[in-house]
Amino acid sequence: MDIFKIIDELQKIDGDAVGRLEHASRRHFMNRVGSKIASVAAPMAFATIVNKAYAQSAAAVDVLKFALTLEYLEAAFYKIAVDSPSLIPAQYKSSIALIGKHEAQHVAYLEAAVGKMDLKFDWTYGGKLTDTHTNFKTFITVACALEDTGVRAYKGQAGALMKDPTILQVALQVHSVEARHAAQVRRIFAIENNSAVTKGWITGNQSPIALVQAVYNGEDNLTQGGVNLKGLAGKSDAAISEAFDETLSKEQVLAIAGPFIG
Amino acid sequence: MERISNSKNNSDKEDQKASSTVDRRSFLMSAGIAASVGAAMVACSKDHEPGPDPVGTVDLGSGDVGVLNYAYALEQLEAAFYIQVIDTPYDGMSAAEKTILTDIRDHEIIHRDFFKAALTAAAPTAIIPSLEVNFSGINFKSRDIVLGAAKLFEDTGVAAYNGAGKLIKTADYLVLAGKIVSVEARHASVIGDLLKPNTENFAGGDVVDNNGLDKAIDPATILAAVKPYLKTNVTGANVGK
Repeated sequence: MDIFKIIDELQKIDGDAVGRLEHASRRHFMNRVGSKIASVAAPMAFATIVNKAYAQSAAAVDVLKFALTLEYLEAAFYKIAVDSPSLIPAQYKSSIALIGKHEAQHVAYLEAAVGKMDLKFDWTYGGKLTDTHTNFKTFITVACALEDTGVRAYKGQAGALMKDPTILQVALQVHSVEARHAAQVRRIFAIENNSAVTKGWITGNQSPIALVQAVYNGEDNLTQGGVNLKGLAGKSDAAISEAFDETLSKEQVLAIAGPFIG
Repeated sequence: MERISNSKNNSDKEDQKASSTVDRRSFLMSAGIAASVGAAMVACSKDHEPGPDPVGTVDLGSGDVGVLNYAYALEQLEAAFYIQVIDTPYDGMSAAEKTILTDIRDHEIIHRDFFKAALTAAAPTAIIPSLEVNFSGINFKSRDIVLGAAKLFEDTGVAAYNGAGKLIKTADYLVLAGKIVSVEARHASVIGDLLKPNTENFAGGDVVDNNGLDKAIDPATILAAVKPYLKTNVTGANVGK
């Protein structure tokens, strides 16, 4: 791992990254870690941990930047929906609002650690979607794709965080929240589309719509830990595939999410 | 209360089918950790099948094998619970609920048997036996009690895997834990929504904090939390160490 190359690349993205991270650790942490407001103190404490990690494992910062990119996308996606008075059917408003709140919290948490990024989004997905925030069925389909992608994305980065146990744990804590979201939006999708085959978990490589098939490719994997589990406990291939979620690499995730990031 | 592997219901059949088709050697080869396995447990014979041991104290062992045993213990508990849920459905279980709970039962059985196969391959002398469960405090006829217990088990499982991640030293095992924990989180979400549909209960403030983070809990705390549901005394002071 070439730590200087990564720092250099990070500086290209965010020119003041190093200075700001030092600032975060020395000043804000000292001032705020003793705060009784845990929701404020925790991101700053995390920022300090990330700053320490900066010297030990620049890869971790790289992962967090990647995570923040996805969280920005999700947070913006739900913010528009929640702010659109006629998009979300009444019965789902609570669920969607909570998911949006969590994504905004993830953004704030990660921003405190690695700084802000300025991203613009293309909700047409490169011209392929015309009603992302005006048709609830389209919205909930995209929600499924984004959440299921998020789960695979965090999972795919876990190995890169092994040298930074505290950061790894935070990533895992976000990862399982994304999975909770995924199950909920998938079940809403199933109700809205009268789809008995769409469940809270992913069956085989089944995708809600063909456009987002790449999100689900590989989810039909039956080999875990080098062992083909076909027939395990007499269960079906479908059940075995459901029992394990799969990873996506950073490149695969960016290929999927890229058209949203304009 | 019943022994997981000796019950007269489905669990008996489920266990007999376990892992028979799994190529244990390939897991051993791929994992590449056979040499690092510590003999934390009292040695068992190579062909020992877990189950008939008398109830007593089981230690999960140390290092990565300890973490795998820890996961195996929790999956045994979850599988036994859902087997019972489907064998003795609560009053008024809808067809949709039965489908969901049957799916979850199957996932947990798959997780359980996966860990059994993986540990048998990687650490045949350190794998823990089948644990004896204690569900005497659960009224399986009550929907609220059963789904409440299911939520507890799922949320506990999520917090346990989240807390164990940093204890894992082998990257392949960390990814495997990640592949399973997100399915447990999907279960937790669905069960939460069955209890209180279309509310925040799929990812509520009882489990997700003000930073949008799920819980991450250490093995000692988790083992204390599940103690009432296990007749076998499970200790894990050295998990991940």
